[in-house]
Amino acid sequence: MSDPLTLTIEGREVRVPPGTSVLEAAKLAGVLIPHYCYHPSLPVAGSCRMCLVEIEGQPKLAASCATPAAAGMKVHVTSPTAKAARQGVLEFLLINHPLDCPICDQSGECELQDYTFQEGRQATRYGEYGKRYNPVEDFGPDVLYVPNRCILCTRCVRFMEHVAEAPVLNVSERGDRAHIGIDQGQLLDHPWSGNVVDLCPVGSLLSKDFLHKARVWDLDKTASVCTGCTQGCAISLETRDNTVVRVKPRPNAEVNRHFICDHGRLHYHWMNRSDRLETPLVQEGGRLVAADWERALERAAGLLRSARAPWVGLVSPGASCEALDAAARLLALGKGTGAFRVATGPEAPLAGVPDLALRAERAPNVHGALAAGFTRAWDAAVKGMPGAGLVFVLDDDLAGVEAPPAGVPLLYVGTTLPEAARGAAVVLPCANTAEEEGTFVNLRGHREAYYQAKSAPGMARPAAWVLDAVLTALGAGTGVAA
Amino acid sequence: MSQAGPGTPAPSEPLPRLFEGAARRELDAILKQYPTKQAALLPALWIAQRRQGWISPAAMAEVAEALGVTVAYVKGVVTFYTMYHQHPVGTHFVQVCTTSPCNLCGAEGVVKALLEATGCKRLGETSPDGKWTIVETECLGACGFATPVLIDDDLIESVTAESVPALVARYR
Amino acid sequence: MGYPHPSHPRETVLLSRDFGDPEARRLDVWIKRGGYQALEKALGMGRDAVIEEVKTSGIRGRGGAGFPAGVKWGFMPKQRTKPHYLCCNADEGEPGTFKDREIMRWTPHAVIEGCAIAAYAIQAEDGYIYVRGEFTEPIRVLQAALDEAYAKGILGPNAMGRGVRIDLTIHRGAGAYICGEETALMNSIEGKRGNPRVKPPFPAAAGLWGCPTTINNVETLAAVPHIITRGGAWYQSLSLSNPKSTGTKLFSICGAIAKPGNYEVTMGFPLKDLLYDLAGGPRPGRKLTAVQPGGSSVPFITAEEAERTLLDYEGCLAVGTQLGSGGMIVYDDATDIVYQVMRLARFYAHESCAQCTQCREGTAWTAKILQKLLRGEGRNEDLDLLFDLGEQMTGKTICVLSDSCAAAVTSAIQKFRPDFEAYLRDGRRAGAA
Repeated sequence: MSDPLTLTIEGREVRVPPGTSVLEAAKLAGVLIPHYCYHPSLPVAGSCRMCLVEIEGQPKLAASCATPAAAGMKVHVTSPTAKAARQGVLEFLLINHPLDCPICDQSGECELQDYTFQEGRQATRYGEYGKRYNPVEDFGPDVLYVPNRCILCTRCVRFMEHVAEAPVLNVSERGDRAHIGIDQGQLLDHPWSGNVVDLCPVGSLLSKDFLHKARVWDLDKTASVCTGCTQGCAISLETRDNTVVRVKPRPNAEVNRHFICDHGRLHYHWMNRSDRLETPLVQEGGRLVAADWERALERAAGLLRSARAPWVGLVSPGASCEALDAAARLLALGKGTGAFRVATGPEAPLAGVPDLALRAERAPNVHGALAAGFTRAWDAAVKGMPGAGLVFVLDDDLAGVEAPPAGVPLLYVGTTLPEAARGAAVVLPCANTAEEEGTFVNLRGHREAYYQAKSAPGMARPAAWVLDAVLTALGAGTGVAA
Repeated sequence: MSQAGPGTPAPSEPLPRLFEGAARRELDAILKQYPTKQAALLPALWIAQRRQGWISPAAMAEVAEALGVTVAYVKGVVTFYTMYHQHPVGTHFVQVCTTSPCNLCGAEGVVKALLEATGCKRLGETSPDGKWTIVETECLGACGFATPVLIDDDLIESVTAESVPALVARYR
Repeated sequence: MGYPHPSHPRETVLLSRDFGDPEARRLDVWIKRGGYQALEKALGMGRDAVIEEVKTSGIRGRGGAGFPAGVKWGFMPKQRTKPHYLCCNADEGEPGTFKDREIMRWTPHAVIEGCAIAAYAIQAEDGYIYVRGEFTEPIRVLQAALDEAYAKGILGPNAMGRGVRIDLTIHRGAGAYICGEETALMNSIEGKRGNPRVKPPFPAAAGLWGCPTTINNVETLAAVPHIITRGGAWYQSLSLSNPKSTGTKLFSICGAIAKPGNYEVTMGFPLKDLLYDLAGGPRPGRKLTAVQPGGSSVPFITAEEAERTLLDYEGCLAVGTQLGSGGMIVYDDATDIVYQVMRLARFYAHESCAQCTQCREGTAWTAKILQKLLRGEGRNEDLDLLFDLGEQMTGKTICVLSDSCAAAVTSAIQKFRPDFEAYLRDGRRAGAA
């Protein structure tokens, strides 16, 4: 490995390893060189010409994304020549680009808008000529292509070819007639194809799921972890009015680079379910009635004190590590064992990125559950219910599971109330992943934190808090729940 | 500019499979001349167009399959190069150069004369009798022999508006 | 020779000796006339000596870039760790240029021999002759000549019986001017869209399939056998003006000229004599007004400037234009310069590959402005706008297609401003009724 070299960008000295592009070196110097076609996860195209910089001693402007940094280079990004070149690119891009901002989803997070505000011309000189027109194309399950807005950066084409390794998008035709094409009769249904929407710097490739749903400046963005499978991709939950409206990937070099799969991208609607448990419930006069936390916790504690061993636990592999640890401590009190079940589906790797795939096990914390001592022996656990002294369930929907028989009390902690839990002795409402802070462990043993993106409904609390409150009521709590 | 318009009639019979028999042997010989299969794409498309008269979606699918590339990839290449027809064209495909050197020598008059003599209503549209499609093309590399006209594979030099009727008669 | 006209005594006939003679296509005839002796000699000289000879000759790329060919060959790695490739650029598409077509269809064996010598010198066993798709006759003729050469053992696994493999393949283009750019040409051979590549890497480092590659123009390669036979020093001596421009050049003269054709003269030849003496001057009753001596991509010069231009690389630069491909477009007083410039802008807009923003959008916009001028709807600001767009389109893109469009348009406005202003003022051509 050769020695790092030093160059000057906008008067700031920066040291970089050999082979670093001027554009990447500029980032280290705190200088963002405007660009479109360049993306750190894609091979360099050098075609948008937006990143042109002035390098002292060189007669022509250089494309900083495609120019290796050299020792002693002096680079100017905001010199009049470089700015004039960028202004030229912006003017050229806008001659055919429609003034769609008022109806375009990208508005507010559009790099064409941003750079035009930053350094574009006040008005175009293109005037009275017509703009190129092509109708909107439905590319497939979630992606719309609006050719009129396309700036031909080819990020989408390069992503499909080099990262997804499925070259199903092309550039069709030539010159100012060029547009992105897909094979007729084909759909853009590759399991990772939704990333082209994120990669598109403008509103040309759009998500149908998000179409016209919200203005991005109305969104709050919270760091979270995808709940779709055990890969544990870093995501942003984007919310408006306490509703998750969109999921975007967060860059994470170790896990998912810049990408998430389509399953994860669209796997958030369940977070907005309205049929939620909003209050604690206790069994009274043959049915469940609402109670406050004090009464419900008292009832739960009493239940647990009088329940004989062994207890059986059925837990969700989507619960946080904190909740699962507390659940394990709870079950230990009753010399109980717990198990989980997890839905599976076909694995779908992203070929161009090492160790990144939509995993077969479709839950985020299988490995947190395993680490907490839970097993996959679900059927055995279910069979053990009739003989148990207590059944404890943490947020499983009990589909296909018969309620425990009359003599076996059920303590149900969950987000919704399944039919099979209507005979529970105590029901405690908990928050879902979007409504709490917690951690998951992914399939490589990597622990990642997620944060609260919206409020839990009614009196629901994070499951970790709920379980710690129960333990506290038993005199075995950690003091977390007050 | 060199593409026939969508008004051209589609063939009434199904098109034959491309890479069979002699055409397959031809493709195999071509594949030997390059280190990758993808490099045979332009030659394979020429075989397809020679056999079928144009590059149909079915042809693109066959070429894609033969070379191990996606159809979208083939389409990106086909739409880049103007000599591959994406629609059926008349029996005779006529390309007239009208770039400046030939423009200075009456090329636009030649175009007008050809449209009249062949009955084509406009450029890119096949004549009613199905025999002719005329397009304007960019520099044909025969500027000193203005106006050059490429009829199928024949380059006829020094065509004038006056010599067009006799030229067209030769090809009827 | 000034084909299709008989040779003019002031021509230096080297490459064009057999133009118009179909016999020269035949291998037996070609050999009788001295063909393939150069290849024989080269294979015995050793590759370094061959490269030295070509360097000494001073021959510069005849496709338009004018880069010294011997130096280019010298860029190839001395140690071959990957396959090396030769490409012969026969994608002649620069408007005004029609010399390579003649070289290929009359003297295909000259091309083959030049390619073979080049391939040997750069340690390439495979060479691709990229011929534009429209050149149906040259392709037929060249393929027949290749078949003959293979049959005779000149090419193949044991070329000339000397134990080296030399294989040449014709790769037919399909209608794209941009594929004449050397990196786009390579992409086209690889079965891709003809997009030019970002440089570096340069072809000698990573070209076809990532391997060291040299690309030369047909005319450059056709001169190589002469250089080998008679020596680089002899070729170098063929120079009338600047010693940095050597050898002969085929000038393709076309447009508003009495005797259009290819004329072969020594570098440094006076343009005035070429136009008025060899090529017969203007058409009857006409006066020459403008020339683009190197194809549509070089700046216009006025007839007066043309009369004091020496035809070599430096001589053309001295009058503010370029030698380019030597495809000389001549305009006269019957020409509507504004219309022709618009037609050129349309050409560039049609041929843009679409990668770079300035070229993709700028060429089309330039054409639209000029079309508007021609409709009589132009405004005074439009000329300034054309200059401004021209600047945005120069020196900022992966290849020089947009620079070419800008050069043609801005030089025409600079040299013939009254013509443009007439359209602005009167909405029609200067002097028109």
